[in-house]
Amino acid sequence: MIRVAALLSIGRHPASGRARRAGLDARGLELALRMPNAEVRAFHAGDPHAASLRDYLGMGLETLNVLNVAPGCDPVPALVEALRGVGPDLIICGMRAEAGEGSGMVPYLIAEALGHAVVCDAAAIECASGTARVVQGLPRGRRREVVVTLPAVVLVNSAAPAARAPAFARARRGRIVPHPVEAREDAFLAACEMRPWRARPKRMAVPSGGSAQERMKALTEAKAGEGRLLVNPVPEEAARAVRDYLVEKRFLRGAGDGDGRG
Amino acid sequence: MAGALAGWLTVGLLVAAVVIAVHHSRRWRAGAAAEVDLVAGLKALPKRYLVDVHDVVGRKPFNARFHALTAGGFLASLVLLVLAVVPWFRGPLLWGLAALALALMLAGALMVGWRRHVVKPTELSGGRFARLPVSLIAYAAGLLVVALDRVAGGALPHGVTLVLAGVGLFGGADLLVGVGRGPLKHALHGALYLVAHPRPGRFSGRDRGGERKRDSALAPLNLDDAKLGVEVPLDFAWNRLLGFEACVQCGRCESVCPAYAAGLPLNPKALIQDLVGAMEGGAADYAGHGHPGRSVAGARGPHLPVVGEGAAIHPNTLWACTTCRACVDACPMMIEHVDVIVDLRRFETLEKASAPGKAPGVLEELRIADNPGGFPAVRRIDWAFDLALPLAREREKFDVLLWLGDAAFDLRGQRSLRAFIRLLKKAGVDFAVLGEDELDCGDLARRLGDEATFQDLARRNIARLEGLSFRRIVTMDPHALHVIRNEYPAFGGAFEVVHHTALLLELVEGGRLTLGSLSGTLTYHDPCYLGRYNGVTEAPRRLLDMLGMERREMEFSGLASRCCGGGGGTSVTDVAGDRRIPDVRMEQARETGAACIAVACPNCTVMLEGVVGPRPEVKEIAELVLEATE
Ligand code: SF4
Ligand code: SF4
Repeated sequence: MIRVAALLSIGRHPASGRARRAGLDARGLELALRMPNAEVRAFHAGDPHAASLRDYLGMGLETLNVLNVAPGCDPVPALVEALRGVGPDLIICGMRAEAGEGSGMVPYLIAEALGHAVVCDAAAIECASGTARVVQGLPRGRRREVVVTLPAVVLVNSAAPAARAPAFARARRGRIVPHPVEAREDAFLAACEMRPWRARPKRMAVPSGGSAQERMKALTEAKAGEGRLLVNPVPEEAARAVRDYLVEKRFLRGAGDGDGRG
Repeated sequence: MAGALAGWLTVGLLVAAVVIAVHHSRRWRAGAAAEVDLVAGLKALPKRYLVDVHDVVGRKPFNARFHALTAGGFLASLVLLVLAVVPWFRGPLLWGLAALALALMLAGALMVGWRRHVVKPTELSGGRFARLPVSLIAYAAGLLVVALDRVAGGALPHGVTLVLAGVGLFGGADLLVGVGRGPLKHALHGALYLVAHPRPGRFSGRDRGGERKRDSALAPLNLDDAKLGVEVPLDFAWNRLLGFEACVQCGRCESVCPAYAAGLPLNPKALIQDLVGAMEGGAADYAGHGHPGRSVAGARGPHLPVVGEGAAIHPNTLWACTTCRACVDACPMMIEHVDVIVDLRRFETLEKASAPGKAPGVLEELRIADNPGGFPAVRRIDWAFDLALPLAREREKFDVLLWLGDAAFDLRGQRSLRAFIRLLKKAGVDFAVLGEDELDCGDLARRLGDEATFQDLARRNIARLEGLSFRRIVTMDPHALHVIRNEYPAFGGAFEVVHHTALLLELVEGGRLTLGSLSGTLTYHDPCYLGRYNGVTEAPRRLLDMLGMERREMEFSGLASRCCGGGGGTSVTDVAGDRRIPDVRMEQARETGAACIAVACPNCTVMLEGVVGPRPEVKEIAELVLEATE
């Protein structure tokens, strides 16, 4: 039996701006729910009446513990306190919240306070006695496996399997258990100005000269010719080319790249 | 002697049939409670049978004839044979009448035999149904000779008449005992089902347009119920279970089902029989076609879950249905397949969140962003920036509200909308759009079983519409039309909704649009949600005929139109089959040789345009009308 704590925040739909379950935290809960032989407890720090918390219950949680942290207060001390009381082997959450400060610091601060290791970018977790094998999902589809000694904090990214859909009836049946907590006002947050995020226009390197049509073409044309063209290569040559490519793209570890990061 | 004996034995058989039927009734009576007005149902029974059932049966005149002969003759002969018990009645008159009834029945029985064993339509079931003609003929022929012998005052030797009476009653026994599990089961349960039908509204006659009133709205689900939707057979209301018992395995639903035709794992006839089997538990007693590509059903029983990988109905079967209602429309027993499918889907979605494919993601977007793509609300209208559409919230009062619908998010849909908007402007219609304030109508969510999201969208849309002052709504989307016109009233929204083809027809007939003449040939594809759901098949055709093009009809058209494959959420659940449903439909369009297929629904446009060429050109009616005005 392994004890898992899932930390769940409230997200924000990018288009409608409405509250929803946070995508990455939901993926974290999904990983937790899929773990065989795990006892999963879920925590949220915030308003116990927030409707979107029901989405997590809809995924199959029976109870969700809500540390009643007032808006504008720092959730970290309350979470640390609650987790210390439970003493989970594994703490799972998303890499970064969708709403609020979204600094991505919460799990690191918690790990620091509890003295746990942190593994980020998790796509899959497998627990053995006293350790967890975590597959990290890195950019461009690369995967790396790390083994961490428990207890640990594992941060999930979007390479983890998609979260199951919440079921209306389960969401209705699940229980939210509020816990009153003392929380300090977050002075830093209070001093910040909040504005909706908006994509900044990217500056394009506009080619000069030539006709308008040529400039347009230069901007929009797909760049070709990055690879090498081998005509009727001998198999060894072809294999070497493929291998070199994989090494170059760091899918494979090449000679002299043995630092374990490849 | 043989006459009196036949009378007494008939009485005995009838008593046995009643005992069997009463015993059998425990199965369907165990279903969930339902509000049924039995008195009104009994009063309406003759009309429901003679008008509504015969409307369907009569679509195959040969069948209607043999059914009238066989059933009429059989019932009359039973009454006369029972009367033969009373010595006072026993006379040449009684036997003459009995001979007449039996002779008519024999004619019908021979027709049944001809159909089952010579014509052999593939949609018919075998098993107990295969020996139906034998029993019918034995009963009718055996007793006919006995009756004639009585009329003639006993011309035949006693032994012969006794043997013939025996043969006849043996056939009769096979028929009457079948009220439990055999072919005759449909007669009793069909009659009871007509009395206790869950949709009495479907029998309420004709509406103003001369078109049959369609009772096609789904019933709202009470979201506070302890269990949402149907999990086990006994969660169905008893009168639904009774309906399954009424199925006569005629296969009419099978031969019209678009999913079945495309080799998707769904056969509505097998689905109903799966449910009969599930009530019964144990092995299948069904000798008809199954669900394509799926072997026999798994574990089943009245208390076992209906849907599941190893259960009575595989999830792929459930999610392959386009909710096109072709089966409902074709069923002579008035079974409501779509209600059944949606009830099962409601449990799957609301209790288990197990809808397959892209459905869960789409439902979540609908819930949080009010449209299936999760787009910002402004995307519903930003493509029409150049058209400067009047916004409803800026108008105090206007005539027509244009409901944009889901098509507004799709490039192809926008093209059709543009054509229609130009026509509205040409005709000087005083219209406005909700724009950003329009939410998804909820059709997709509801057909996928997500009643919670549907009700939320419906209530919020109604509140927005009620704050405005307009006369009626027009939409190009038959799904939105159906939902707003027929399903919003249950949530307090009463709005007049017209389809854009009806409005265009009105504008042309009223002289506000003048049409030039187009050339070429076209065929019209009826959208299910306009035709079968709302009975509108003639207005679009009248409009098309004004374009001066030659109109040809496809193999399935009008109320019997075949679905494009875009309804019921099948485009997001995406259950695979041998072929795609739109390919099958396009094949029928190709067969007409028409150069153009006119459509009246954005879903149909997308589905049919996705078929690879060469194929007729797919054009929205508004696009054709616009062409004719220019
Ligand atoms: S469900 Fe209706 S149409 Fe289908 S086989 Fe049964 S009786 Fe015939
Ligand atoms: S509603 Fe249409 S797709 Fe569904 S079972 Fe009936 S005929 Fe087939």
